[in-house]
Amino acid sequence: MITVRNLSHRIGSAEILHDLSLDFPKDGITAIIGPNGAGKSTLMGLMARLVPIQTGKVEIDGHCVAKTRTEALARRMAIVTQRVGVASRLRVGDLVGFGRWPHHHGRPRDEDHAAVERALAAFDLTELRDRFLDELSGGQNQRAFIAMGLAQETDWLLLDEPLNNLDMYHARALMARIHALSREGGRSVVMVVHDINYAAAWADHIVALENGRLAFEGAPREVLTAERLSRLFGMEIGVEEIGGRPTVLHHA
Amino acid sequence: MPDRRLTILGLGLLAACAFFLFWGLKGPAGFILELRATKLAALLLVGAAVGISTVVFQTVTGNRILTPSIMGFDSLFLLVQSLMVLTMGGLGYVMTDGPAKFLLDTGLMMAASLMLFTLLMGRGRGDLHRMILAGVIIGLFFRSMTAFVLRLIDPSEFSVVQQVMFASFGAVDTTQLAIAAVLFLAVFAAIWKLAPALDIVALGRDSAVGLGLRYDRLAMVLLLLVSALVAVSTALVGPISFLGLLVAALAHEVVKTPRHVLLLPAAALIAGLVLVIGQGVFERLLGLQSTLAVIIEFFGGLLFLYLVMGGRRR
Repeated sequence: MITVRNLSHRIGSAEILHDLSLDFPKDGITAIIGPNGAGKSTLMGLMARLVPIQTGKVEIDGHCVAKTRTEALARRMAIVTQRVGVASRLRVGDLVGFGRWPHHHGRPRDEDHAAVERALAAFDLTELRDRFLDELSGGQNQRAFIAMGLAQETDWLLLDEPLNNLDMYHARALMARIHALSREGGRSVVMVVHDINYAAAWADHIVALENGRLAFEGAPREVLTAERLSRLFGMEIGVEEIGGRPTVLHHA
Repeated sequence: MPDRRLTILGLGLLAACAFFLFWGLKGPAGFILELRATKLAALLLVGAAVGISTVVFQTVTGNRILTPSIMGFDSLFLLVQSLMVLTMGGLGYVMTDGPAKFLLDTGLMMAASLMLFTLLMGRGRGDLHRMILAGVIIGLFFRSMTAFVLRLIDPSEFSVVQQVMFASFGAVDTTQLAIAAVLFLAVFAAIWKLAPALDIVALGRDSAVGLGLRYDRLAMVLLLLVSALVAVSTALVGPISFLGLLVAALAHEVVKTPRHVLLLPAAALIAGLVLVIGQGVFERLLGLQSTLAVIIEFFGGLLFLYLVMGGRRR
């Protein structure tokens, strides 16, 4: 379980998170939703120690993020963000291989190579392993970075907007893979999702943020109601039950 | 296991060194060889320092266009030199030449460059345009300050400053060379230990932190090591702005790998090759008609334009 307690964060005079306390249950997929500027990515960055915590506390399976050695944390959680600035020209295989760094620190062993193979296979990248990253499509790129996080073989996988810039087909395929990981792979996934319908269809737990505060949380079926979503996003939103799942209608 | 490309580069460099030492050897062989060996050592040392520091700097700053020199380091060197001439007078400046001045130069350059780098690194990483712009502005500032200081200097003392404005391998002091070599080896050993971590640094801050690297501390350490290397080479022979750019680009092109265990030696070897062959050709074939630095600046400058114009992705 990831526990967040009294987390506040300011950038300049703007308050991004305000005294936020919540739990992310172990196992399954937790989707963080909310309008732009609600603090979703900041929360993710604080949990993954990309941004130093100002006030409050985050614990991951009982280990305080601020106090635990960063090397040890890297064996508990992997983070894949949107903001990637890779300086060198990398092949897919090399990139995924770097995911093993927390385990070997520069001297890969057989088990590291095996883990890389598994991660490549899980995301259908085995064929593409010798291609350069800048020769890949957006969807393939996204997959390569998530495969790197997977190769890290951590209990927790944190994904910041993994579905960004993907078309319907690739977004669905990626989501199905992440879902399979959470089921068969035993990974607990926390992800920021913009399209509510993906959250409704695949997530086990929803966390909704609004202006740096917790708006609501719970199982999709219970919390994704027209009333709550309309208030959260400040617009008229309908929710219909289609195929046994809540489906959000926001275009009408 | 020695990499094939590195082996070829190494053999090439050995051949170039032999050519430099023994070609056109006549007269008192012992004396000339000693002279040439000193010069050769300086060339190799400066080459390795510039090559390695540039590759590390580009990895930490996450770009392939900027080098320490392009970020205003050379103009800073000239400013420091002109200020020294101004405060000590031309005669005093020449008098202090020696190990003491070398150490003073190195120390000053290290402190100044560290300030410069941290100033630029803050939130600028990844924002290439901002960094180029900052480099241009800082370089311009230092150059204007230098021009101002030069105006205050006695015209006869101006020639003293002029001497250090272009890199010269002509007169290298053996004591300085020995100090530089020791400094270089110490810094190189430190960088070599961090070479695998550099591969991770190249992924960018977020990924590196996610993989458990102490990124911020490591970046500072690396920049400190870079400034030491740059300071050593600049204090030894003077500024060679575009050599690093040329060498780093060639190294990436030759080894085609993200692994710094290969990139760093490749950069050092290539820099050595460029300098030794260039200097050899200048001395023996062209009869010292021009200086090596000018030619390197010319080709390096063209490459810089090519890179900035977007001939390649960064």
